[in-house]
Amino acid sequence: MSALSDNLVTFAILVYLVAMISHAVEYALGNARTRVAAAPARELVGAGVGGGGGSVPTSPAEVPPSAAADRSARRARIAGLVAVGATALAAVLHLAALVTRGLAADRMPWGNMYEFVLTVTFIGVAAWLVVLWKRPTLRKLGLFLTLVMVLLVATAELVLYVPIVPLVPALNSYWFVIHVSTIVFASGIFLLGAVPAVGYLMRAGYEQGKRSFPYTLAKRLPGAVGLERLTFALHAFAFPIFTFAVIAGAIWAEAAWGRPWGWDPKETWAFISWVVYAGYLHARATPSVKRNVATWLAVLGFLTMLMNLFGVNIFFTGLHSYGGLD
Amino acid sequence: MTVLDDRPETAAPAPRRRPNRLLALLRNSWRQLTSMRTALILLFLLAVAAIPGSVLPQRGISPEKVNEYFTDHPDLAPRLDRIGAFEVFGSVWFSAIYLLLFTSLIGCITPRLRDHVRALRSRPPAAPKRMERLPQHAVLPAPAGGAAAIAEVLRKRRWRVEVRGDEVSAEKGYLKETGNLLFHTSLIAVLIGVALGSWYGWSGNRLLVAGADNAFCNTRQQYAEAKLGPRVDSEDLPRFCLRLDDFEARFLASGQPEFFNARVTVDGPDEPTRSADFSVNSPLRLGGASVYLLGHGYAPVIRYTDRFGRSQVSDEPFLTTGDSGLTSEGLAAFPDANVDPRTGQRNAGLQVAFSGIYLPTAPQQAPFVSSEYPTERNPALNLVAYRGNLGLDAGIPGSVYQLDQRQVRTGKVKEIGSKLLRKGESWTLDDGTKVEFLGTERYVTLSVRHDPGSTILLVSCGFLLVGLMGSLFGRRRRVFFRVMPADPAEGSPTSGSSLVEAGGLPRTDYPGFADEFAQLVAAVRGDRVDAGADSSDRAGAREGTE
Ligand code: HEM
Repeated sequence: MSALSDNLVTFAILVYLVAMISHAVEYALGNARTRVAAAPARELVGAGVGGGGGSVPTSPAEVPPSAAADRSARRARIAGLVAVGATALAAVLHLAALVTRGLAADRMPWGNMYEFVLTVTFIGVAAWLVVLWKRPTLRKLGLFLTLVMVLLVATAELVLYVPIVPLVPALNSYWFVIHVSTIVFASGIFLLGAVPAVGYLMRAGYEQGKRSFPYTLAKRLPGAVGLERLTFALHAFAFPIFTFAVIAGAIWAEAAWGRPWGWDPKETWAFISWVVYAGYLHARATPSVKRNVATWLAVLGFLTMLMNLFGVNIFFTGLHSYGGLD
Repeated sequence: MTVLDDRPETAAPAPRRRPNRLLALLRNSWRQLTSMRTALILLFLLAVAAIPGSVLPQRGISPEKVNEYFTDHPDLAPRLDRIGAFEVFGSVWFSAIYLLLFTSLIGCITPRLRDHVRALRSRPPAAPKRMERLPQHAVLPAPAGGAAAIAEVLRKRRWRVEVRGDEVSAEKGYLKETGNLLFHTSLIAVLIGVALGSWYGWSGNRLLVAGADNAFCNTRQQYAEAKLGPRVDSEDLPRFCLRLDDFEARFLASGQPEFFNARVTVDGPDEPTRSADFSVNSPLRLGGASVYLLGHGYAPVIRYTDRFGRSQVSDEPFLTTGDSGLTSEGLAAFPDANVDPRTGQRNAGLQVAFSGIYLPTAPQQAPFVSSEYPTERNPALNLVAYRGNLGLDAGIPGSVYQLDQRQVRTGKVKEIGSKLLRKGESWTLDDGTKVEFLGTERYVTLSVRHDPGSTILLVSCGFLLVGLMGSLFGRRRRVFFRVMPADPAEGSPTSGSSLVEAGGLPRTDYPGFADEFAQLVAAVRGDRVDAGADSSDRAGAREGTE
């Protein structure tokens, strides 16, 4: 069962890779099409800048059709659909890997860093599929999402992998399930939230007329306003869950270690993430703070989550050091 | 919420007279401090200030690591120490940031609390003259009952409704601001809970070896380490005693622990006598304190029979070295050994001590330095015997777990040999005295704590969450309806009857408002509302006002 789980992870990575490539093909074909229709597009862009962004053409329908453009648009669409299908398939394999791992270990598969990263990324991709189902127009964001998935899941498999072991008694508590499941869930949503956040930062720059390297990547992304709104919705959804998870952690820490909060490195970084995300929500509600400043805070928040996930387990020792790496 | 009620007026009152310079400066600073921008900067600073607390070792968590850091970085460490880098979370600068933040918070929410109470009491405002300017607008045939019927529809949907003649104003979503205030107020309550805990709380750590002779009572002296909050006296500690009766630990084949249970007898004036079990995730809750199981180990029972035939027993705990096999190190000291019973004369030069390594599961072959498994499958005690002045009388407090190395270096204590003892074996030393390894006792490491702020913490965290959700998901919005005479030019199908003009204004970012408004209008018109008619495209197209 354990070996099966390991194989499923490998397959999932491969299928994520396929999804990523398909998204990239869709992107590239989209670019080919705009090259055909380059002149009018540029004019429209110019107008868009004057209007404060938001009116840059994003869907093929807005560009004057030509036969060649039509063909590659159709191909781009197919590539996009293949990408979504592959993402869904990879998510299923990913889930199966988690389930088999859990069955093999006879517990929830959140006992060490490897399992943790696997679960967080699964939540991220599952939430992405839900978002995509509700807002199909966001599909092109999938390129970034699948890139993140490939990177994180491959890191998990190559760097963090540990064989199955049961939990140490300190983890053997129902608070473990409550605390870790909510942390995992919130982290997965934050992970997904970071994707439109980065997308927004690039797209907003693009819409303001920036044509240097990272901004050009955003040419085919959905409009900045929509990305920003999605970023907020995901963070607003994840933040209370994360807050609850931290509180549950404190309750558990009180029972296990005799204090609700002890500034253990892991706790310190959870505090930092919480404060940064609170700062993001706060900034977004502050009229005088620009949306891209606020969104940078969201990205920063995710970096602190990554620091907590990888950095703290690897660099620091504390009560929470059960990452499984020596 | 009570926290705020008795606060003095925090928002600077607008003076009627020409303000003097100082007052103006104060008022401006206060305004700056309580702005959301400042709050944001302070939040950010708080996050940044917490980073060194995870990078550098902290005294409160791992004092040994701080000492290590001092030896590794002799130049840097004292300088870091001066700025509080080893006690970040109690440092002046960290405290300054969060105190400023909370001052800002209080200054921010007090006026908002007042405004919100006022808003809750006041009636929804009159409809604007030109409703077509509102983000949402519709014209529809008037329902049969006119304004009263519209009000009824709205009330059923839990809007707060005000009818003024032919006009209906309604507002909904006060929950957002209520939640927001509750959230921010709870943050203050959390801080109060933490403060109470550190002022009135206390804690102590110690080892407890099994057996009636080793029972300890809850006094400050009986702890290896005790921390009492500034408002706690030694006499305030609840009086009870604990005796470890039994300790059970189970391990997996790999040596990884699986299960722990400690059984103790509780006793004492403040606690009824009883037997109780506790474990790693379920502490022992006593009236005035909780007892947490932090660790465990073995205390070898060693009997030494001196040259006068008198024997003494030591069951000092041996400290675990951190490996999964529970290899433990310790010292059995017999400073009162070899006292001549006839003269009662103490001969300091004849004191005896054994430093040793205890291996619950010794390997089959030498070297006998590390244990293979945490339970006692093949227990062995590797002892080194010393004789001489142990230096325990010098009045310098030494570790009970280690021999005073100064005495060894100066030759006052001499090593006289070493031997591996199995359980029950004895070893006769060069002077004919005898040491026996009788067996082991279990010991546990305990933390005994009392935190009077914990209930406040828990409750305020609950409110914090509820408030947060209200704040994030609540949506304040207004709708207006005005019944007006039919306009023949509109060519309405129900010409002759009157029309209703409707307008809607979301007061917070709310993409779904267009849908809600459409449904509301349909309900007023008397249509059956199709709850599933959710057109997300339209929702996405609308920007809420902020
Ligand atoms: C102790 C530090 C603070 C934390 C952790 C914090 C956290 C938050 C969070 C997470 C939100 C988002 C909820 C929402 O969007 O409705 C929020 C909103 C808000 N905060 Fe704070 N806050 C803090 C201090 C302050 C201070 C000092 C002020 C006043 C200067 C303030 C004023 C506000 C306001 C007005 C909103 C609501 C914005 C809106 O939704 O319209 N907060 N805060």
